[in-house]
Amino acid sequence: MRRENGDGLDSQTVKMMATISVLALTSVLGWTVWTLPPFSDRMQRLVASNMAVSGVENPVTAVLLNFRGYDTLLEIGVLMLAALSVLSVVPSPAIFSQSPPSPILILLLRLLLPFIIIVGGYILWIGKYAPGGAFQAGAILAAGGILLSTAAVPFNRLASKAMPFAMAIGLLTFIVVALATMMVRGNFLQYPVAQAGILILVVEAAATISIAIILTLLFIGGNPEESSTAKDEGDKAFIIDKDKANK
Amino acid sequence: MTISLLYALVGVVLLGIGLYSLVIYSHLVKKILALNVAGSGVFLFLVATANQTSGPVPDPVPHAMVLTGIVVAVSATALALALACRIHQVTGTTRLTKNEPE
Repeated sequence: MRRENGDGLDSQTVKMMATISVLALTSVLGWTVWTLPPFSDRMQRLVASNMAVSGVENPVTAVLLNFRGYDTLLEIGVLMLAALSVLSVVPSPAIFSQSPPSPILILLLRLLLPFIIIVGGYILWIGKYAPGGAFQAGAILAAGGILLSTAAVPFNRLASKAMPFAMAIGLLTFIVVALATMMVRGNFLQYPVAQAGILILVVEAAATISIAIILTLLFIGGNPEESSTAKDEGDKAFIIDKDKANK
Repeated sequence: MTISLLYALVGVVLLGIGLYSLVIYSHLVKKILALNVAGSGVFLFLVATANQTSGPVPDPVPHAMVLTGIVVAVSATALALALACRIHQVTGTTRLTKNEPE
C-alpha cells in the first residue's frame, strides 16, 4: 500500500525533517538533563515539614490527596470524561455478551475474584502508610471486572442502573468533601487537621469504586444493547453512501 | 554521573523515539503506541529526577505527578483507541489522510 502523507510532502522529506527536529529536541533536552543541579530538596522538605497536618503517613498519598488535591479531583474528572466519550463512541463487542464462557475461566474467576477484592481493599487501606491508594486499588479491581466481562458476565448490562451512579460516585464524593471543607476552613480542599485522615479515606474509597468501574468500561466499551442490528445497518448504509459518493 | 541521571537521559531518548514515530507512521494504532512510548519517557524522566535528592528519600511530588499522569495517559489511550475503532468502522481505513483516497 502506498503511504499517503496527506499534505503533499514526499515521505523521504518528512522522514528527514522528523529526524532532524527530533534529534535537535533530544539533544537540547539531554543537555538540559545533563546540566541539571545535582540535588533539589525544596519540594521534598516542604512536604516533609507538612506531613504532620496531612492526615496520612505516606508522602505520595499526602501530595495526591491533600497538598495537590486539585490535581486528583480533576484527574477523576478526566477519567469520567474519557469513559463517557468511549461509551458514546464504541458499543461493546458482542463477544462480551454472547459467547458461552469456558468452564476453566469460570473456575479461575471463582478462585481469583475473592483475592482480587481483598487485595484491592488492602491496597486502598495501606495507601495511608505505604505505596498504594485509590488508583492502584481501582486498577486491581478493574482487572477483576475485565475478567468478569471476558467470562461473558454481562457486566455493563447487569448493573446498568447502578452503573452511572458507580461511575460518578468518586467525583461526586470528592466535590462534596471539597465544598464541605471550604465551608469549614475557608479554602477548597483544605481538610481540618484532625479529620484529614478519615476524609482522605472516604474520598479514596469512593474514588476506588469509580476508577474500577470506569477502567472496566474503558476496556469493554459501551452498552451492548446499543449495538442493535438497526444501528449496525445504519453504519453500513453510511459506508455504502460514502463509497458511492467516492465513485 | 549517577544512575538516576542515566535513567533521566534514557527517558529523554524514549521521548525522542516516541515523537519520531508519531510523525513517521500514519497508522493510527502506531501513532497511539508512539504517544505512549513518549509518555513513558516523560514518566521515566520525572521518576529519575525525583531521586536527585541529598538524602535517601526520593521527592514525593514528581511521584504523585507521574501517578496522575499514568491515569490520564491510560484514559486518553482508551479514548484514542475507541476513536480509531470508530474511524475504521465508518471509513474502513486505519490511517488519517488529508486527501480523500481515490
